[in-house]
Amino acid sequence: MILKNERSRKKNSFAEPVKGEAYIQLVWRKFKRSKTAIIGAILVIIMAILAIFAPFFSPYNPLKIDHRASFSPPQRIHFFDDKGKFHLRPFVYNLKLELDPQTWKRIYTEDTSKRFPIYFLVRGWEYKPFGIPCKLHLFGVAKGGSIHLFGMDNYGRDLWARIMLGGRVSLSIALLGAILSAFIGSMVGTISAYYGGITDMILQRIVEFLQSFPQLPLWMALSIAIPATWSSLYVFIAIMMLFGLLSWTPLAREVRGKVLSLREQEFVLSAKEAGASDARIIFKYLIPNCLSHIIVVLTITIPWLILAESTLSFLGLGLQPPMVSWGVLLQEAQNLQTMGRHLWIAIPGAFIVITVLGFNFLGDGLRDAADPYSRR
Amino acid sequence: MISYIIRRILYVIPLLLAVSIVCFVIIQLPPGDFLTAIESQLKSQAGLSEEESRKMVDEMRKTYGLDKSMPVQYLIWIKNIVTKGDFGYSFGYRKPAQEVIWERLKWTMIIALSAHLISTLVGLLIGIYSATHQYSLGDHLSTFLAFIGLSFPEFFTALVIMYLLVFRFRVPHVGGLSSPEYVLATWNWAKFVDFLQHFWIPVVISGVAGVARNMRVMRANLLDVFRSQYVITARAKGLKERIVLYKHAVVNALHPIIAYQGVALPYIVQGTMVTAIVLNLPTTGPAFYDALVFQDTLLAGSFLLMVTVVLVIGNLLSDLILAWIDPRIRYD
Amino acid sequence: MDKQNEILLEVKNLKKYFPITRGVFRRVVGYVKAVDRVDLFIRQGETLGLVGESGCGKTTLGRSILRLIEPTDGEVWFKTGKGKKLDITKLEDREIKSLRREMRMIFQDPYASLNPRMTVMDIVGEPLIIHKVAQGKEIEDRVRTLLKIVGLNPRYMRRYPHEFSGGQRQRIGIARALALNPRLVIADEPVSALDVSVQAQVINLLENLQVQFNLTYLFIAHDLSVVYHISNRIAVMYVGKIMEVGQAEEVYQGPRHPYTEALMSAVPVIDPDVKPERILLQGDVPNPANSPSGCTFHPRCRYAKKICSQEEPPLEDIGDEHYVACHFADDFSLKGIRQF
Repeated sequence: MILKNERSRKKNSFAEPVKGEAYIQLVWRKFKRSKTAIIGAILVIIMAILAIFAPFFSPYNPLKIDHRASFSPPQRIHFFDDKGKFHLRPFVYNLKLELDPQTWKRIYTEDTSKRFPIYFLVRGWEYKPFGIPCKLHLFGVAKGGSIHLFGMDNYGRDLWARIMLGGRVSLSIALLGAILSAFIGSMVGTISAYYGGITDMILQRIVEFLQSFPQLPLWMALSIAIPATWSSLYVFIAIMMLFGLLSWTPLAREVRGKVLSLREQEFVLSAKEAGASDARIIFKYLIPNCLSHIIVVLTITIPWLILAESTLSFLGLGLQPPMVSWGVLLQEAQNLQTMGRHLWIAIPGAFIVITVLGFNFLGDGLRDAADPYSRR
Repeated sequence: MISYIIRRILYVIPLLLAVSIVCFVIIQLPPGDFLTAIESQLKSQAGLSEEESRKMVDEMRKTYGLDKSMPVQYLIWIKNIVTKGDFGYSFGYRKPAQEVIWERLKWTMIIALSAHLISTLVGLLIGIYSATHQYSLGDHLSTFLAFIGLSFPEFFTALVIMYLLVFRFRVPHVGGLSSPEYVLATWNWAKFVDFLQHFWIPVVISGVAGVARNMRVMRANLLDVFRSQYVITARAKGLKERIVLYKHAVVNALHPIIAYQGVALPYIVQGTMVTAIVLNLPTTGPAFYDALVFQDTLLAGSFLLMVTVVLVIGNLLSDLILAWIDPRIRYD
Repeated sequence: MDKQNEILLEVKNLKKYFPITRGVFRRVVGYVKAVDRVDLFIRQGETLGLVGESGCGKTTLGRSILRLIEPTDGEVWFKTGKGKKLDITKLEDREIKSLRREMRMIFQDPYASLNPRMTVMDIVGEPLIIHKVAQGKEIEDRVRTLLKIVGLNPRYMRRYPHEFSGGQRQRIGIARALALNPRLVIADEPVSALDVSVQAQVINLLENLQVQFNLTYLFIAHDLSVVYHISNRIAVMYVGKIMEVGQAEEVYQGPRHPYTEALMSAVPVIDPDVKPERILLQGDVPNPANSPSGCTFHPRCRYAKKICSQEEPPLEDIGDEHYVACHFADDFSLKGIRQF
């Protein structure tokens, strides 16, 4: 029979591995193919960099109040001066405040008498990354000039700087909330499916219970319960916890389904057979094999929490001034008349849309790429 | 199957009980209550002394049973709801909470259902177009617009549309459901026209996200169905493309969307909430918001409870519908 | 194999029943009897081949022995390296863990049995880490040796399983099973997912390893030719029960149970002079939730008589450690296979 003949093979002829691409390479290849996914990733990275290095990108202190400059409009960047002469280095004009003699309205006009060229990597207000005093900023103009690209808010604070700072808060609250949610969701889903039986029963009832509540009204009711006397940091943490503790159920269901199928696979059995502890099986066998799901859900949760945060804050139920987030900044636009006269106060909304769009693109691309063996 | 249905229904009862407790507790979480505000009002505006005002408020507390412990208050509340349909007293509106809710629920439902219907219909049509013209300019454009639509916070959509109407198109009055001069008028043609001019705004705003979602779901479903063997078979046997599309593909692609209708209701109700708050409509959303802010406890609690109950029952129905229509699921 | 060799593993009356629930309160209305009153023993150093159709409970039996699933009832006696006899079904979790070093398993599906997120080195070294028998550099050295033993180039130990072919993956699985120097290895259809040409290589490897490390195998398979080649004794299983056990040659050449005969007739014989005479079994394999009365095999047995549907035949020694569960074990002269 065949079996006997095979024995004549040399014993030391080692088997060589066949060439195959690692999962991560396949994912990357598929991800790269999607233009929207790449655009999404770029948008997200830009927003993340702006948020992380917010003070560096802000020529002005976002908290500094200047009542005289209340609602002063955005300054335009020029390349041509009033005589039509081209300057390679872009510049701005200062704004002159005038009162309309008839209506007593405040009118801002450009003071074209003096150009203020924009310089890069200049020294300005002091901020302290990791406690080290630093005055370096990406751009700025010479003394006597000003550069408020997005104008000023009600209190005469630089809106550009406030948007950078607000992005930091909005993004970090959504990111931390989503991470907390991903952690709880994947733990509950894994434990529920792995142990099964009564544990599964109880955890699934909890999931169903939480999913019984309408999200928005529940969040509104809970966030109003956060005492007004709490400090900004506590409010931030409370809202973040709220997001994390209430948004994990879809992931828990998804992970549970995935682990239920993994649990039947022989490699999980092989770990049990080798005597691995439950914790080892969960963290080395089950979670790593769900990781792509978890990451995809995480990228989908972040934009959804950004929207939630901005909605709650806009309604005055979430973060409160003096804390700055995109939603808080938009509180000023609550009054339609204010927004009509000073349209630039709606700019934070554009940042929300762009960021959420970026995450949605990214999440969509990741979801398709995470399953590189599917046809789509 | 029968036992699955019975089990599922039996399970809803403890769930509703637990949900009602949590609704009640959440609403009681903020310190103080509506009467605390009244107390300070009595002091500052009515010029009563501290003692007098406290005495008055304490009496009011007694009348409304607010002096009792929280579990007792809950039991009274839930007992009245179950036996008499009485959701308690709203201090803010000075009438029973259920009256406030019923009054406003009418408009909520009209706006929400219109938004839902229109967004479903439009979403499906665009989805079908997109899937049948995959990778065409129209497909790319509608897919992109759907992404944009999903990226707008609802309140921001409302702000932008209001801004455009008021400051670009010079519409004299947005917000609410009628212009001030018609508020007290009886229904006539002019009032109806005025109503329509207001009505479409919240419908469009709260429908944007729905259109985007439905379009994406329909497109994905239809593309999946196109790849299935029965559609290939239908084409192979020479059926007209139109018949393949409408008799085979679309019908099957609609299944998930139909199954979704069971849970759609509560989402519709909460979906119009933010729009309603921004536009100040006479619906439940702003009432709930005000009740939260002014600690009109029982009104807020009742509203939260009602939406939750609708959601639980919607979930139940959609599970049962799914069990009914999908022969592949076994429930032993 | 010498009969004097001591018994390493003895299974007594082992049962694994899965409950079936119905109704609103999930009442238990019956059981799937995946493993039903199984008696077996394995001698030190021998290979017991366990054959049967798919779904007859072979895998469940193998896993119940190792308590990868909890048996419903019965005893599994194992003689440890220190000479102690232990009933595995009664052990605490902690005691089982130390026993897992002596009893290892090779899995059926080489694609599903290796964690796709771990490198070969991590997979093979995993038992060493779990049982804390080696650490750091030691693990790497040990893995290197193990890979060489199973015929894999240790150079590729940092790679992931999907980069290997089915046969190579099964070698990785074998290396993992050998990592702790086990005494008993339960091989659950280790070659049935492989190409025929690769099957032979892996079988040969297993045979060599048995000699080299003095291993005892419980070799589960549905393919008789594979089992014949490697087994000293054969056990035939049908719907959760053992039908016949005996020396491999005896069972193959002179089966005493009609089911064994039917199985044998399905083996292709490469001999132009032998006229194949296949016994086609009528009907389907019975549902283990509702197995027939009397002898489980009687509805499909071509020799069945009245008694077969009424009384269940016990598994009896008909001499020379040849056990058969048939009322007429001594009466028929059944056809076996003379030569492979």
